[in-house]
Amino acid sequence: MQDVYVVSGGVSKFAKARPDVTFQAMVKEAYDYALQDIGMTFKQGVELVDGTVASYFSDHFLRQLKAGSMVHDYLGMAPKHNKRIEGGGATGGLCFQAAWESVASGRFDVCLAFGWETMSRVNTWKGNEFIALASDVNFDYPVGGFYSGYYAMMVTRHMKEYGTTVDQMALVSVKNHNNAYHNPYAQKRMKIKIEDVRNSEMVAWPLTMLDICTMSDGAAVMLFVNEKGLNKLEKALGGARLKPSKVTGVGGGMDAMRMSDRPHGKVPLLSHEKASDYKNLKYPGVHSFRSGRMASKAAYEMAGITDPLNQIDFIELHDAYTSSEIQTYEDMGLCKYGEGGGFVKSGAPFMPNLDYGYKFPKQGLIPVNPSGGLIACGHPVGATGLMQGVFAHWQLQGTIAHHFGDPALQIKNAKRGVIHSHAGTGTYVTVSILEKGF
Amino acid sequence: MADKFRLPETDDGTILFNVPFPKDLKELKNMKPIIIKQPYQIDYIHSYAQDSPFFAGLANGKLLSTKCPECGYTYGTPRLHCMYCGSECDWFELPSEGFVHCFTVCHFGSEEFLPETPFTLILVEWPKVDTLFLARLVNIDPADANLDWIGMKVKAQFKRNSKFKPTDVYFVPA
Ligand SMILES: [Zn+2]
Repeated sequence: MQDVYVVSGGVSKFAKARPDVTFQAMVKEAYDYALQDIGMTFKQGVELVDGTVASYFSDHFLRQLKAGSMVHDYLGMAPKHNKRIEGGGATGGLCFQAAWESVASGRFDVCLAFGWETMSRVNTWKGNEFIALASDVNFDYPVGGFYSGYYAMMVTRHMKEYGTTVDQMALVSVKNHNNAYHNPYAQKRMKIKIEDVRNSEMVAWPLTMLDICTMSDGAAVMLFVNEKGLNKLEKALGGARLKPSKVTGVGGGMDAMRMSDRPHGKVPLLSHEKASDYKNLKYPGVHSFRSGRMASKAAYEMAGITDPLNQIDFIELHDAYTSSEIQTYEDMGLCKYGEGGGFVKSGAPFMPNLDYGYKFPKQGLIPVNPSGGLIACGHPVGATGLMQGVFAHWQLQGTIAHHFGDPALQIKNAKRGVIHSHAGTGTYVTVSILEKGF
Repeated sequence: MADKFRLPETDDGTILFNVPFPKDLKELKNMKPIIIKQPYQIDYIHSYAQDSPFFAGLANGKLLSTKCPECGYTYGTPRLHCMYCGSECDWFELPSEGFVHCFTVCHFGSEEFLPETPFTLILVEWPKVDTLFLARLVNIDPADANLDWIGMKVKAQFKRNSKFKPTDVYFVPA
């Protein structure tokens, strides 16, 4: 297995609707940015990229099959290899790992991962219908298929098991929207307070509009290389030294599509946990994501992480819902199962340097979603996981100020970041670890 | 002279009445996107296949699920093959009374269900049944949503006119 590096990335500004571009041209915006960031021309891209991996979730949104190959040829990549990755909300994270695989295996020296979603082509409620089709159409969808409803059911159980509160969930929204205030790529840049979240319209009890990410149009790309690919690129760029990030861990997991099928068994333990921590816990039930735990466990083991809280500098995780961010703290072992609500209340996942209007005892211990996450950046499904990868890459390069035009969200001396991508009530989760590679 | 042949005009689909067009083609790059409506409708010939007995059960006032004869795992939502040992499961009738495992009240929803909002979704649990069942809870005020609903005893009722959908069964507070 070969070492794999990320050398560049680009993100289109996420927006409610981009009727001015087709999906191909929207991906090209992100690709052009990634090229110019390392001084590469379109022609050099055509010469040096060995193959591409496409990330997009729903064929319904475009009513266009084989859309991945259309982007591939728009970027000048025909007749090279291309394939499409699809896995619901985790499509981007799965695509990241598919690109990693194609380079780690030596099949490609240079692989382009590109992703997008154009969700504005139908109205919001039709879009929700398409997304809900990612639930069992015999038993689940017809009962009232609605993803916000599914996650709301999961969190009412979390609240019942552990005493998690709506104000704790609202704090996640406060954190992510306030962070995004400093991120020009984000769709929703707002300074808000707990009461704003609770006073916004109820969607699925207890989740309000501001507890839930929005649908977006957007694209993101990442360029992956092995040592040989890195040398080829640096040579083609006249001996320039690139600032790569190294992929040091990948993990994945899944769980039964029907929430009703989730078992009540034992917790797969991370290396810093003990079986006695969870003596009476029936796991995962519907309150936790077993897939998130499995993905974290595999990625941590590969990267040699035994103490996530102290060995990770920041996390970009899939906060489609404020509730799922809290549930994910626990899956990732940032705190024990049941302590997620208290973890956000302690201030640990907030940025250390920003003023959110609240006093926290442990502010900035491990910033989670410094970019603003899905809740504030938007969630153009196929782009989302790659967007996290691009932001993580920029954090590790120390170039956030350059890319955002604002230094506020740069994590000081970031050496290791984690990205986490999540699909359909936890049916797929990927966790990937990036480290400063220069 | 006969009129020039023209296709008959209809007003279904999309009509774009007017598009401004520049004299200078270079100006086309400043053009606003043309956005049209494209209706799309499909009738699927959907088969419930091996899940069919469940729907036949609902039509006969019975809530059915499956149990693994090999390992004894008991499903609250049927699946013909056991997730744990791969054996073919047997059908059995669930008790009509169960308990709310978790719930939500949907104030919005997918387009198909928007007219039914607000509606309450629950996962139902039964003692000695290993998994759960997704259903609607009715005859309860959605405005009263609170965590004490969890654990509430609920009872299955059936639609008289079966639609052959999982909503042929619904639950009410017992
Ligand atoms: Zn079995």
